Amino acid sequence: MAYVHRIGARSYVFADLKELMAKATPPRSGDMLAGIAASSAEENVAAKMALAEVPLKAFLSEALVPYETDEVTRLILDTHDPVAFAPVSALTVGDFRDFLLSDQATPEQLAALAPGLTPEMAAAVSKLMRNQDLILVARKCRVVTCFRNTIGLPGTMAVRLQPNHPTDDAAGVSATILDGLLYGCGDAVIGINPASDSLPVIDRLLRLMDEVITRFEIPTQSCVLTHVTSSIALMNRGAPVDLVFQSIAGTEGANRAFGVDLKVLREGTDAAAALRRGTVGQNAMYFETGQGSALSAGAHHGVDQQTLEARAYGVARPFKPLLVNTVVGFIGPEYLYDGKQIIRAGLEDHFCGKLLGVPLGVDVCYTNHAEADQDDMDTLLTLLGAAGVTYIMGIPGADDVMLNYQSTSFHDALYIREVLGLKRAPEFEAWLERMGIADAAGRLLPASGTHPLVGFVKEQAA
Amino acid sequence: MIARDPWLAFSRHTPARIALGRTGASLPTQEVLRFALAHAQARDAVHLPFEATKVEAEIRALGFETLEVASAAPARDVYLRRPDLGRRLNAESRARLAARKAAPVDLALVVADGLSATAIHAQTAPFLAAFKPWITKEGWSVAPVVVAAQARVALGDEVGELLAARALVVLVGERPGLSSPDSLGLYLTFAPKVGRSDAERNCISNVRSEGLSHELAAFKLAWHLKEALRRAVSGVELKDESDLLLLHGAPPPALTGG
Repeated sequence: MAYVHRIGARSYVFADLKELMAKATPPRSGDMLAGIAASSAEENVAAKMALAEVPLKAFLSEALVPYETDEVTRLILDTHDPVAFAPVSALTVGDFRDFLLSDQATPEQLAALAPGLTPEMAAAVSKLMRNQDLILVARKCRVVTCFRNTIGLPGTMAVRLQPNHPTDDAAGVSATILDGLLYGCGDAVIGINPASDSLPVIDRLLRLMDEVITRFEIPTQSCVLTHVTSSIALMNRGAPVDLVFQSIAGTEGANRAFGVDLKVLREGTDAAAALRRGTVGQNAMYFETGQGSALSAGAHHGVDQQTLEARAYGVARPFKPLLVNTVVGFIGPEYLYDGKQIIRAGLEDHFCGKLLGVPLGVDVCYTNHAEADQDDMDTLLTLLGAAGVTYIMGIPGADDVMLNYQSTSFHDALYIREVLGLKRAPEFEAWLERMGIADAAGRLLPASGTHPLVGFVKEQAA
Repeated sequence: MIARDPWLAFSRHTPARIALGRTGASLPTQEVLRFALAHAQARDAVHLPFEATKVEAEIRALGFETLEVASAAPARDVYLRRPDLGRRLNAESRARLAARKAAPVDLALVVADGLSATAIHAQTAPFLAAFKPWITKEGWSVAPVVVAAQARVALGDEVGELLAARALVVLVGERPGLSSPDSLGLYLTFAPKVGRSDAERNCISNVRSEGLSHELAAFKLAWHLKEALRRAVSGVELKDESDLLLLHGAPPPALTGG
């Protein structure tokens, strides 16, 4: 069905909901590359005005990606909860924004609403929201998950310690783990992107992290970010897999380009759950996403990249992940051109994830061919801290020497904790105090060259 | 004022920026400036004008013929926003290559600036010097080396098709990292033609003095190319087993033995 909006003498016509959503999206290079962006600033606002009048219910009857040919659409519509949806079922997208910002929309209300919302509804309302709206509503959404600690409690923010090394060297990885732990990072996960796809190499990295966590009784979890089928194979041969990782996207075709479907994600989830390696809880999946992946795979169906990103959270949701993060500036300037677009996308992704009930963290990052720098990352980090982001990345000096991009550093985590008073996961915070790394208030103590963790690196190097 | 980290000695195990020390929650001034310099160098590598003529001269000095082409991207900012344009030749270049009515060859070599002209300027000549003996050894017939400006990997598909090559190797300036602004990537595609996917290519990455050496990269590429031509495949079906031939971690020489 077509949507029309008149501004002065001019009528703007949008052929269907998909076109309306794309043209209502704040400008970004990926939608321009796909040829679906609004062609003028006025058309962009006309589309927003038309979208504000669309009933939320329309998203249940008009699929943006065909139901018949896309299992993600089927997952979203078949698992939609009409009872949870009932309180907002009579609202338009514009009314829904007003509701979300109102005092009626309490954290409890929003948590109850999440199963009744589809990713398309979350994406639609985000397109009408300013950055401050995205922050304010996300801050009200509570998503708490557990494995060996508790992530997502109000007033906390966790950090993934990312000890990547260009050749997966054990001493090099250990040195970075030590650096991160002694800077108070690693409560979300100690998670390595391996340089190698070889199973023996990945097995060795898993055992290395398992040994650190076990020997020092660290209340955290480890992950090697390899393909889900590799993790399943490793679990079958007895490797100590805590979290199963997979990159996912918002369409069946884009997931196929990642070599996965819902069935294999279910197999990975079940295999990890069977190991029961969590102590506080059993949320054992870790997903990464990012705007532009579906277009990059030629599987975007003419849908804007932000809506498809929200659908990726719809893919993640049924697998009850411990962690999901958007790698917001990683994919490059052809999808998010500059600091302004990366900042906007980071806030949208975080908002949509949280509204849908997914534990969303953000890899606040950029590549060297994007028009962005550390100042942009400081801005996005500060905004996400205010929005209650579940976790961020921690990389020594913000420089990932394996993946060749810049993210947030251990120092950045200290900065945002100091500015906003954010605590770590409580179990991890207590461990830092026990180990003499931080004081009771969570503030780092002077570093010691004789700390037992230092001895561990020496062993690995020997 | 600055709290030093007493594990600085461990930085010999990793290029990562560990043990930076801190002042309060923040980086010491020296580290902020060191990072800014590395970022500036990486940015310059992305935007540095490609000296195609100079690169061509260096390639010819090694005994190769050369041809110069350009992609459909008219300028660097357009190139960065529109990867599709960087994957296709401009009309003039296409017409020129087509007019050659090339006789079939085993191999087409394309040198593409990619995302780092710095990498191409630094690595092209030493890499090709290391690779040339393998061409001689295997007796491969080679088309003139095509030097392509504002070019991404897939541009090579069109070049390889127009030059009637059985296999294509693209030397491309890789996305610069903060610690590696001059890294070269090698992409091998069997039976190049427009529309090949990345899953149909083999990639050898991080070719630079501090990474994969020119000699080792040349050996690996020669191994892949030989296998690709023999088995008529490239990409995910061609797994890297070249390490099995290394002698104490070093490649066997091209011009002796075997």
